[in-house]
Amino acid sequence: MLRYTLKRLGYMVVTLWLIITITFFIMHLLPGTPLKNEEKIPPQVREQILEQYGLKDPLPVQYVKFMGNLLQGDLGKSMTLDGRNVADFIVEGFPVSAFVGSQAVIFGTLIGLLLGTIAGLNRGKLVDNAAIIVAVLGVSVPSFVMGGFLSYFVGVKLQWLPTGLWESYESSILPSLALSFGVIAQISRYVRTEMVEVLDQDYMKTAKAKGLNRSTVIIRHALRNALIPAVTVLGPLAVNIITGSLVIEQIFALPGLGKFFVQSIQQNDYTMIMGVTVFYSALIIIVIFLVDLLYGLIDPRIRISGAKE
Amino acid sequence: MMSKILEVKDLHVSFKTYKGEVKAVRGVDFHLNKGETIAIVGESGCGKSVTSQTIMRLIPNPPGVIKQGEIIFEGTDLTKASEKQMEKIRGSEISMIFQDPMTSLNPTLTIGTQIMEGLIKHQKLDKKTAREKAIEMLRLVGIPSPESRLDQYPHQFSGGMRQRAMIAIALACQPKVLIADEPTTALDVTIQAQIIDLMKALQEKTGTSIILITHDLGVVADIADRVVVMYAGKVVESGKLEEIFYQPKHPYTWGLLGSMPRLDLSRDQELLPIMGTPPNLLDPPQGCPFAARCQHAMSICTQEMPELDEVSSTHQVACWLQHPMAPEVKPPTAAVGGK
Repeated sequence: MLRYTLKRLGYMVVTLWLIITITFFIMHLLPGTPLKNEEKIPPQVREQILEQYGLKDPLPVQYVKFMGNLLQGDLGKSMTLDGRNVADFIVEGFPVSAFVGSQAVIFGTLIGLLLGTIAGLNRGKLVDNAAIIVAVLGVSVPSFVMGGFLSYFVGVKLQWLPTGLWESYESSILPSLALSFGVIAQISRYVRTEMVEVLDQDYMKTAKAKGLNRSTVIIRHALRNALIPAVTVLGPLAVNIITGSLVIEQIFALPGLGKFFVQSIQQNDYTMIMGVTVFYSALIIIVIFLVDLLYGLIDPRIRISGAKE
Repeated sequence: MMSKILEVKDLHVSFKTYKGEVKAVRGVDFHLNKGETIAIVGESGCGKSVTSQTIMRLIPNPPGVIKQGEIIFEGTDLTKASEKQMEKIRGSEISMIFQDPMTSLNPTLTIGTQIMEGLIKHQKLDKKTAREKAIEMLRLVGIPSPESRLDQYPHQFSGGMRQRAMIAIALACQPKVLIADEPTTALDVTIQAQIIDLMKALQEKTGTSIILITHDLGVVADIADRVVVMYAGKVVESGKLEEIFYQPKHPYTWGLLGSMPRLDLSRDQELLPIMGTPPNLLDPPQGCPFAARCQHAMSICTQEMPELDEVSSTHQVACWLQHPMAPEVKPPTAAVGGK
C-alpha cells in the first residue's frame, strides 16, 4: 500500500508540473498584455513596466524564473490588482468559496444519496419519476437561474435569509443551496442507476435468504455497492464547487475566489492566472487521489489489486 | 413412517409481464421428509427454481404472485406468512444455496462478515462468538486456515471455495431445510463432485433435509433419496431414486435419462435428445404440456391434462400411457439400459 501511495504521489507531481508548464506557455500565446488602456500609456513607461514585471525576458527565461519562485512557494504579485500578492487573494477568497462550496457538496451529496436510493428502490413508480424530474431540473437549470430564483423568493419576498454579502452564517445558506442542486442531480442520478443494477444482483438474494431485514439488506449490501460510481464523480464535482462559482458569487456578492478565475484571464494578469491554476490543479489532483483512496475503502477489490502493483 | 417437514400443495406461481401472465408454476405437489434429500429435476424454465424461491418467498412481487396453493412448513403455511415471520424463517429454519458462487457473495464484504450476519441476527450471538462460530463453519466446509480466510473478500476465493463459503453461510444457523438451487452447475466437474460429497457429509452430521434443484442426473443419482420431475410448471413424475432411474414411466423422464451419458450402456448406444422446445407458459397448452414433443402422444394427450396417478405408494406419474386403455409402450433402451 505504501509503495502504491508513493508511486501515486510521484505521478501527481509530474501531472501538476505538466499542467503548470502547458498553461504557462499557452497563456503567453494570448494576445495583449496585462496593462490596462495600453494604447494611452507612453511607450517609455510601458517599456519600464514590462521590464519591472520581467515580461521583456525571452519566454524560457520567464518560465525558469517563474518555476524557481514557485518552488520557493512564491506565486508572485498580481499585475493588475494594485500589485498585491497572488497568494493573499487565494488566502482571502478561498475560505469563503470553500465554506459555501463544502456546505453545498455535503448537503447535495446527502440529499442526492437519499433521493437516488429511494428512486432506485421504487423503480418505475411515482417517487422514481419525481426524482428523475428533480435530477433533470438540477442538471439543466443553470445555477444563475436557481441563484436568482432563491435570492428573489427566499431573500426578497419572504425575507427569511439575507440576499447577499458575507456577514453571518445565514449569508452562506442561499448560495450553498443554489450550488447544491447540481450536486443533488448528479449524485442522485448515479446512485439511482447503480441501485437498480445492484438490486438485481445475486448477492442481494443471498442477503435476503439469510433472513436479514429490508433495511440491513439495503444499507449494508446494496448501498455500499451502489456508491462506487457516485464516488468517482464526487471528487471533480467537489473541487469544481469548492473553488468557487463565478456566477453564484456574483449573484450573492460573495468575496470568494470564483471571480478571480475569470477576471485574471480577461485582463491577462499572468501571475494571477498562474497562481489560480497552480492552486486549482493542485487541489483537484489531491482530491482525485483522495477519491482513489476512498474507492479502496469501499471496494476491497481495488485496494488489493492496487497494493499488488 | 417418516414425518414430513415441508409440504407443497397445489402451488401456482405466475409472473405478470407486459405480454400477459406467465404461468411458471401450475399446480405443484411434493413433500420433503425429515433428513431426506429430494431432487427436483427438469430442463431450464420448467419452474424448479421458481418453486424453490417461492418456498423462501424470494420471488419479487411484483411481478411474481402466488396464485394459489399452500407451502406447509412445520404446520405454518408459508404462502400466508408475514414478511416478519419469513425473516425469522429464512436463514435459520430454511436456507438456500444459489447457482453461481461468483455472483452470490457480496464483493464488498468479507467472507466472515457474510457468515456472521445470519448468526448475529438469528442466534443473537455477540461478534466474538459469531466469529468463532464462523471459523468453525469454514473449517467444517473444508476451507484451510479458516482464521485468516475469514477476513478475506470473495474475490480472493476460487469458485469452489466460494460455493463452500455459501454452504457455510447457509448452514451456519443449522437450518432444518436446505434448498440448493443448482449448486454445482457453475463449477468444474471435479469441484462439483467435491461439493456434492461435502453436502452429503454435512447432511449426515446435521440431519438437515435437502431440496436439490438440478438438471444434472448424475448429481441426482449421487445424492437424492427421491426425485421429482418437473415439466412446464407441473410435476410429471415423482418417486424414489431407483423407481425414477430403473422404472421410469413418463416419456419426459425417458427423454431426460436417454440424453444422459451412462457407463452401463454399450458404446454404440447413441444419446437420445428430446426434440423440440418446452411450451410457452404465457399460453400453456390445455392438454399434457409434453404432448407436442412426445413420440407416443395420443389424441387425448393434446386435449386433457392427465392426473398424477400412483404406480406404487411412492411412485406417481401423470401420463395417459398409464391409462388401462392406452397401448403398451416400452421405454427406450437409452433411458433404462439394455437389460
